[in-house]
Amino acid sequence: MQNASPKPDCVYQLEQIKARLLLRAGLISSIRQYFDADGFTEVETPVRIKAPAPEEFIEAPQSGEMFLRASPELQMKLMLAAGFEKIYQIGACFREGEFGRKHRPEFTMLEWYHSGADYNDLLDFTAGMLRHLAIFAAGSSSISYQGQVIDFSAEPEIITVREAFLRFAGVTPEAAMEADQFDELMVTKIEPMLGQGRPTFLKDYPASRSALARLKQGDHTVAERWELYLSGVEIANAYSELIDPAEQEARFKEAASARMRGGYRPYPPPVEFLQAINAGMPESSGCALGIDRLIMIFTDADDIAQVKMPLA
Amino acid sequence: MFSASDLKKGLKVQVDGEPWAITEFEFCKPGKGTSLYRCKLKNMITGSTIDRTYRPTDKLDKPDLEEKEMYYSYAEGDFYVFSDAETFEEMHVSAKMLGRDKYFLIENSLCKMLLFNGVPIEITLPTFIEKVIADTEPGARGDTATNVLKTAKIDNGYEIQVPLFINTGDLVRIDTRTGLYAERVSKA
Repeated sequence: MQNASPKPDCVYQLEQIKARLLLRAGLISSIRQYFDADGFTEVETPVRIKAPAPEEFIEAPQSGEMFLRASPELQMKLMLAAGFEKIYQIGACFREGEFGRKHRPEFTMLEWYHSGADYNDLLDFTAGMLRHLAIFAAGSSSISYQGQVIDFSAEPEIITVREAFLRFAGVTPEAAMEADQFDELMVTKIEPMLGQGRPTFLKDYPASRSALARLKQGDHTVAERWELYLSGVEIANAYSELIDPAEQEARFKEAASARMRGGYRPYPPPVEFLQAINAGMPESSGCALGIDRLIMIFTDADDIAQVKMPLA
Repeated sequence: MFSASDLKKGLKVQVDGEPWAITEFEFCKPGKGTSLYRCKLKNMITGSTIDRTYRPTDKLDKPDLEEKEMYYSYAEGDFYVFSDAETFEEMHVSAKMLGRDKYFLIENSLCKMLLFNGVPIEITLPTFIEKVIADTEPGARGDTATNVLKTAKIDNGYEIQVPLFINTGDLVRIDTRTGLYAERVSKA
């Protein structure tokens, strides 16, 4: 009898992760259900864009004369400017040079914007979505990830960046930035302590580390930004969006010159976005959530390779 | 020179003038922050380990490592002399570096020598070597069980555990990676 030809590796790998991919599909459909029930509209914005948002450490791949989006942020904000009030999008985003257990150069992002809401409203909405997903995935409000229980019915932990630095790294965020150790301490000392047993929202980042976030009312040293952590893994980033045109332009210029200093290639200016913000952008908040990582948590996977089709 | 983005598990780098192997590696990037490359490094000479975190702009030296095929030639005091398979140039290796392996050296066996800046830092023996059992309790006749072991000495006095049916004068094969008896080659 003649032997069948061997299967390519990617088919074999897909067979190994099939159960997780089916659960992934269910979770994504459950996410859509949660947004649709709250009156959000699902939208699509271009994947190939003219100019990425100037951010110091995010590399959008070049695609001909254009770029593959590192995030749909500027395009979705143009939709806010056009009067769309509650929008969400699920789609591929691209970041060069990011590859690891929790990173792929192509990954799936869930991003949403809500006119009139602030970052605290988004926090409550997000905590509600996690509970909704836990019930879908586990049939109860708690799940088990790598042997640790995460209880989504518990009040989430809300901790400021300042408290987290003092508690887990023993220094102020200012001292950490002064010593150029902010990211190192965040990764080695702080992140592993977050999202243990229940979700953690780490909030109020130093103003200098939030290129598109509004400064906090009453304390201009920090920006209205939070990040969601589950079991030490960063899942989502949210802002009360910056809508002051002068401030936005100044922050973009700062980020652009930081890119030049760091030896990163310059991006063209996001002309339409700057025009729109000058013409007037509604108060809003937005959040970007890494779908692949969220699926890792809900399917108890310790590597993104277990929840995403391999390159083929 | 390596850039931080070249780092991966198994890569060998030079840090503070010494060669290190990356035994664990993780790419990290805290929200809106810089990429960080977290490594666990194992010193290739001392075996000690350290944690290091690198940034995209960091550069690391490539250690001058060379692997050579060397014949084991003879012992000279506390040193063991190996000869380059091509040039016959002799190199002295200390008993300390060889550790247990010094009992498994066979004259003219071909070994792999790893050199750092021209100095030997690691010797890898052939995976299996053969030694004659110099002394052990007589074997029980007909006992072919391999799971019951007894102590036996090889020619240089090193003790290994062997099955009961092994006798003095038998030739046995030893796995140099584990230092354990593998099988009997021939009877006395």
